[in-house]
Amino acid sequence: MSSVPSALPSSAQLHLAVALDGAGWHPAAWREPVARPRELFTAQYWADLVAEAERGLLDFVTFEDGLGLQSSHFIEPDGRTDQVRGRLDAVLVAARIAPLTSHIGLVPTVVSTHTEPFHISKAIATLDYVSSGRAGLRVQLTARQNEAAHFGRRTLPRLDAYDSPATQDVVTELFDETADYVEVVRRLWDSWEDDAEIRDVATGRFVDRDKLHYIDFEGPHFSVKGPSITPRPPQGQPVVSALAHQSVPYRLVARAADIGYVTPHDTEQARAIVAEIRAEQALAGRAYQPLHVFGDLVVLLDDDPAAASARKDRLDALAGEAFTSDARVFTGTPAQLADLLQELASAGLSGFRLRPAVLGHDLPAITRGLVPELQRRGVFRRAYEADTLRGLLGLARPANRYAASTTGAAAAADTAANATA
Amino acid sequence: MSKPLKQIHLAAHFPGVNNTTVWSDPEAGSHIEFSSFAHFARTAERAKFDFLFLAEGLRLREQGGKIYDLDVVGRPDTFTVLTALAAVTQHLGLTGTINSTFNEPYEVARQFASLDHLSDGRAAWNVVTSWDAFTGENFRRGGFLPQDERYSRAKEFLATANELFDSWQGDEIVADQDTGTFLRDAKAGAFVHQGQHFDIEGQFNVPRSPQGRPVIFQAGDSEEGREFAAAGADAIFSRYATLKDGQEFYTDVKGRLARYGRTPDQLLILPAATFVLGDTDAEAEELAREVRRQQVSGATAIKHLEFVWNRDLSAYDPEGPLPDIDPDLGEHTIARGRAQVRMYRDPLATAREWRERASANNWSIRDLVIETGNRQAFVGSPATIAATIDDFVQADASDGFILVPHITPGGLDAFADTVVPLLQERGVFRTEYEGTTLRDHLGLAHPDARTNADAGGADLGKRGERVAS
Repeated sequence: MSSVPSALPSSAQLHLAVALDGAGWHPAAWREPVARPRELFTAQYWADLVAEAERGLLDFVTFEDGLGLQSSHFIEPDGRTDQVRGRLDAVLVAARIAPLTSHIGLVPTVVSTHTEPFHISKAIATLDYVSSGRAGLRVQLTARQNEAAHFGRRTLPRLDAYDSPATQDVVTELFDETADYVEVVRRLWDSWEDDAEIRDVATGRFVDRDKLHYIDFEGPHFSVKGPSITPRPPQGQPVVSALAHQSVPYRLVARAADIGYVTPHDTEQARAIVAEIRAEQALAGRAYQPLHVFGDLVVLLDDDPAAASARKDRLDALAGEAFTSDARVFTGTPAQLADLLQELASAGLSGFRLRPAVLGHDLPAITRGLVPELQRRGVFRRAYEADTLRGLLGLARPANRYAASTTGAAAAADTAANATA
Repeated sequence: MSKPLKQIHLAAHFPGVNNTTVWSDPEAGSHIEFSSFAHFARTAERAKFDFLFLAEGLRLREQGGKIYDLDVVGRPDTFTVLTALAAVTQHLGLTGTINSTFNEPYEVARQFASLDHLSDGRAAWNVVTSWDAFTGENFRRGGFLPQDERYSRAKEFLATANELFDSWQGDEIVADQDTGTFLRDAKAGAFVHQGQHFDIEGQFNVPRSPQGRPVIFQAGDSEEGREFAAAGADAIFSRYATLKDGQEFYTDVKGRLARYGRTPDQLLILPAATFVLGDTDAEAEELAREVRRQQVSGATAIKHLEFVWNRDLSAYDPEGPLPDIDPDLGEHTIARGRAQVRMYRDPLATAREWRERASANNWSIRDLVIETGNRQAFVGSPATIAATIDDFVQADASDGFILVPHITPGGLDAFADTVVPLLQERGVFRTEYEGTTLRDHLGLAHPDARTNADAGGADLGKRGERVAS
């Protein structure tokens, strides 16, 4: 059974993911000649992107999503017409791509705040079936009032500033709900034991109902009985991930996730964030469970560093303002990026989720420039070594929490974590 | 002048979670692996079928307080598997059953619009309702909905979803790289809906999909269900696959359309139909008898009798006579998570009728259950089945059929290879797909967002011409 060490020597293998969103992460990305802005709502567009990522042997791709139009404002719609607006359901985009690919992991965003954990659990389980074990999810919450109004089931207070105490209270509650949500999703995945389907002709029984389990989750926001209507997915537990910028979300990552995406701007920040997550992990009773911490970076890659900077300047001019991001924005060559990734990895990051500024340009620069560079340095795979996403990430297929005889520290730790959840 | 031949519509129902599906057959494969769904869909597309159909149930069925284990148990998520099937087919329509009780319009509209985009216009929605607290235990809302409000919520749910589909008209995305205008209108997707069940507003975030709206199916058989279909559905998934019952239902429902300003060709009647094929009629009859015995074991027969009796009948011998005691007329408690129990509206009368039929024919409990519930709609040689299907459709007992094979995933193969060519020879079934969308296959107009928007978006009867694109 493999695990993820808390600090990696410089020769350790890096994990690489790419975050897919619209035409890319720069707001003016869609205006580049290489962009295909009229094709953003077609299957072919996404199929081409994921094929490119798979050609580069990446661990997985994530798909952004949201329950309202994109906005440059953190909490409300911006009414802009000069940026990409509108998107397809991320789980379904991933499902559409699954039969066209064979190794790369597919990790759609799901929004916990207004959706049903029962539906999402079976959707991701089914994504795991249609991809033969390559599914994950990235869980996200929303505190936007306008998105709450799309559902009309709850009202959220108007938030004034990103980091005000009132905002923190609201967001903390939404994160607690999200932790419950992930707990329900995970219990439902385990609600069928792997060998529940018996097809016993002699007794006429299709399943052994003693191997189907009610999850009986009760919480302040929802109660879910179970079992799932979908049998346990091929990976047992598809990969759960979340983006985190501060203590409350770090706690969610530590309690509930297999991968946390974090946004350090230098190695010192990376080290501090990793330490905080590891401490929370220990508090949650999961110290011995593998938990990846990936660094998120926006990347603009060119063979000449000046070209990358000039490209960013051109995009900023088109957008009418300098691009800023929660994540560090890197401009430079693939070799310079490789240097940076190895340096950040020394602080305990086990991989990176790269956000290409312009997908049509920076995704191929990752797969055809960065990846060969990392391979030359001996820190990235030269062929896919596993058929499942958990396999690529070095995560064992976990024991079922409801099975009568569970073995291994992971199962024991899991049980302890559940008891404290 | 003789009437022109009607073209038949055919669809394939993935063998599901009920006892028509024979899982014990050596040829029966997985009901969950994607390879089974892909095989089934490819067969349906090879046979030029209109669409594939998936049923849904949001809680595992229980009987006598325990999970029901005699039938296939477990199924994938409908949207996810249908969208994956869009990758391995090019023309086949993709119809999903989605509950209007334990979902919200914004999310379901996003999912159907996304499926329609990702399949290039092949999405369809079988709108079903549910109210029971049993299923509700899996959801945030719980069992909140009084039974008599289920159609009122379903109607408003569909009207609201249509408002969301129509909130984009199809020309909003300019994506002009030179001028920097991506959206023509900052208010794209704007909607406001205030009603009894939904009070929502904002902006829908999926641009108009190729079909504008998914094709809408309705599956209920009640008076309310028939009106719901006449008002707003494109097709009905019915259960009347015999000539006389089919004609009565067909006449009744098509007769309701004029009241909504609709014409008979705007609502297709497609009954579910089981079938058993053989080289000869006699061989098929023999095989069909065998299949029925596989579908209804002694244990299954007792369980099905309990749907009517609403009592524990486990002490009865399935090979013996029907119980003398009467059904329990209290709240139905024995079987949960099943639509069938609602079919028996007068259990005393049903029990009386069944006892009379069993005694007149010398049937055991098992014989009775087989005869009342598991007679296949079509049994015979390919020639016999092709002729029967054609006769039914030409006699206005239906507009086609949703075929329900009893084996997963190969149960449709022989039908595709032997019956379909005969229907094509008769000139009543397509030899190639003529259009690209499911609306094209079904001969339904493409809705125009503007026409509907003018009518407030809630007038389900109005159908415009296809938007020029």
